[in-house]
Amino acid sequence: MKKDGDTMKQKLIAENVDVFYGEKQAINNISLGINENTITALIGPSGCGKSTFLRCLNRMNDVIDTCKISGKILMDNTDIYGTEVDPVELRAKVGMVFQKPNPFPKSIFENIAYGPRIHGLASNNSELKDIVLSSLEKAGLIDEVKDRLDDQATGLSGGQQQRICIARAIAVSPEVILMDEPCSALDPIATAKIEELMNELSQSYTIVIVTHSMQQAARVSKKTAFFHLGDLIEYNDTDKIFTQPENEKTQDYITGRFG
Amino acid sequence: MDINRKNFTRSRKRVETRLKFYGLTSICFSLLMLATLLISIGLNGYTALQQAYFKISIPVDASEFTSEDGNILKNKINLYDWDGTVNRSFNKLFPEVKSRDDRKKLFSIISSNSGYDFKEIVKKRSLDKGKTVLTVWLSLSDDADQYLKGRLSKDIPEKDRRISNQEIKWVDSLVERKIAQLKFNKTFFTAADSREPESAGILGAVVGSALTLTITILFALPLAVMASIYLEYFAKPGKVTDFIEVNINNLAAVPSIVFGLLGLSVFLSTFGLPRSAPLVGGLVLGLMTLPTIIIATRASIRSIPPSIREAALGLGASKMQAAMHHVLPLATPGILTGTIIGMAQALGETAPLLMIGMVAFIIDVPSSFTSSATAMPVQIFMWSDSAERAFYERSSLAILFLVGFLIIMNLIAVVLRKKFEKRW
Ligand SMILES: Nc1ncnc2c1ncn2[C@@H]1O[C@H](COP(=O)(O)OP(=O)(O)OP(=O)(O)O)[C@@H](O)[C@H]1O
Ligand SMILES: [Mg+2]
Repeated sequence: MKKDGDTMKQKLIAENVDVFYGEKQAINNISLGINENTITALIGPSGCGKSTFLRCLNRMNDVIDTCKISGKILMDNTDIYGTEVDPVELRAKVGMVFQKPNPFPKSIFENIAYGPRIHGLASNNSELKDIVLSSLEKAGLIDEVKDRLDDQATGLSGGQQQRICIARAIAVSPEVILMDEPCSALDPIATAKIEELMNELSQSYTIVIVTHSMQQAARVSKKTAFFHLGDLIEYNDTDKIFTQPENEKTQDYITGRFG
Repeated sequence: MDINRKNFTRSRKRVETRLKFYGLTSICFSLLMLATLLISIGLNGYTALQQAYFKISIPVDASEFTSEDGNILKNKINLYDWDGTVNRSFNKLFPEVKSRDDRKKLFSIISSNSGYDFKEIVKKRSLDKGKTVLTVWLSLSDDADQYLKGRLSKDIPEKDRRISNQEIKWVDSLVERKIAQLKFNKTFFTAADSREPESAGILGAVVGSALTLTITILFALPLAVMASIYLEYFAKPGKVTDFIEVNINNLAAVPSIVFGLLGLSVFLSTFGLPRSAPLVGGLVLGLMTLPTIIIATRASIRSIPPSIREAALGLGASKMQAAMHHVLPLATPGILTGTIIGMAQALGETAPLLMIGMVAFIIDVPSSFTSSATAMPVQIFMWSDSAERAFYERSSLAILFLVGFLIIMNLIAVVLRKKFEKRW
């Protein structure tokens, strides 16, 4: 660790966030800062609220009627739940990659081009094509698909589909990319490719990843947050968490004693 | 233990065979019923494809209704004694018939529209100036027609028969002289309704139905799709939404005549739209099919994996964009199926149209959404209600037509569905 986390710029800051699904509280008073251009991992047993917290960061929870959020989440010092923030614009800045690859049942080109199109990022077709190609390039897919941009994206392998989804997220030039268990449906080789890709992307993007794999968290992330039953138990440099956790529960979880 | 298991397997197989047999039996039974229905209607209706005509030569004096340069003068041609012209020529085929009463009987074996039909033929021909003799085929009356088709048996006592012995003799004599025969009934496909079966056709009702369904689909489909999107994606769950939901389902079960009453009081009385018009019929049927389409649309929207919508939302698409760009195109096959089911329902619907006056007797093929019209099922209803046998066979043929249209609609649905499904 050359840079100390605390001196780095914090891209996202959660302050006293509570989330309820109807009457049921899923997240209890969580405060957490996420460093810019870093990979932050969220770990914890199933149902502890990792996905819920992640989805708060781009207001995807707004779509769920029963979901109520209180507290503040600051992005570059503005509260993303403030009245003047449009969730649609926010989601263009905070992209998301889901657990199961979910390409649109359209061509590869159309998949990547959709985001730039609805946000008016390209003024003509050749610009659009440039965006598509550079996104595929950044996602490390270009060699595999450049000859068949018009093929159905749903016909690709699972790993390729997931990288299409990453390329699709990159194409709208987000500042933050949220990934919810992006590798859980993939084999080790495809997983390795995506991890490599995340490493490269972390140069210019802030990445938050939810994962069930301790090894993955250890391999890719700089910082790790451990959640348990809706509480943030421990948040520290990944090295620290995995070598000398301060909390007993963290210790138990990472050594596989529960969860 | 082993024997037990064997017995168990055997009895399970027996049950399976029995259930399979039941299933097959029910399918066979319903197919048989359908076939019986179609065949009996077909046997009743196929004769309407033909009509009895007689051949006759009629002298006309074109100078009486054409101007110097050979143009037909409208007022003069309408004043010309067409009925008399045709009747006099027909009388010449039976010179022995002299008394007024006998002649009246004689003329009853030819269509009472003969004069009109002949005028229409004359209009279409370019005539030489002065006197000419035209040889044409004109319709026999519906009773003569039914007799020639063997639908009026001579064995029935004369007083119970619609055609007298004398009239039968005349018809037979025409047939003997080879100047009466059954020919393809073109009128049925080119005319609208008429008091006389031999002049009545289905075209008016077909066009009426087409105009009505056009309004129905234009009105119901966009409304239903927008309502479905709203209910699925925008409505906040709560009492109001529940209330709307319950009412949509209720609406689907409301007897169709109630929609007719609604159309009568709202569209006709309050808005003052024209009676008997496809516009009103279409709106009424649209209201009736709305719940069907809404229910089908919502079901097919829900069947699209939510991950597709989340992907779009995650990219910063608005709710409407996610629905319009991704969910709706994928839901199209389901929406189409629902729509076509709704349209088929509307095509066969009679009761609400009766309420708004589409049951009127209309002799012109409707030319616009506001002209008076009738629809196919209403036409069938009116014809099957008539005393003449000839109308009965026409209504059977019209039913076959209606069924044909339904089959075509369903085929279109299947084809469209196949086409869209490939993209998925
Ligand atoms: N849409 C929802 N409606 C109601 N409750 C929900 C909803 N989504 C999640 N929850 C509840 O909130 C809690 C946290 O769920 P969440 O999905 O965030 O867990 P998670 O840590 O991501 O679990 P996993 O590792 O299994 O994905 C769980 O108890 C879950 O049952
Ligand atoms: Mg989760």
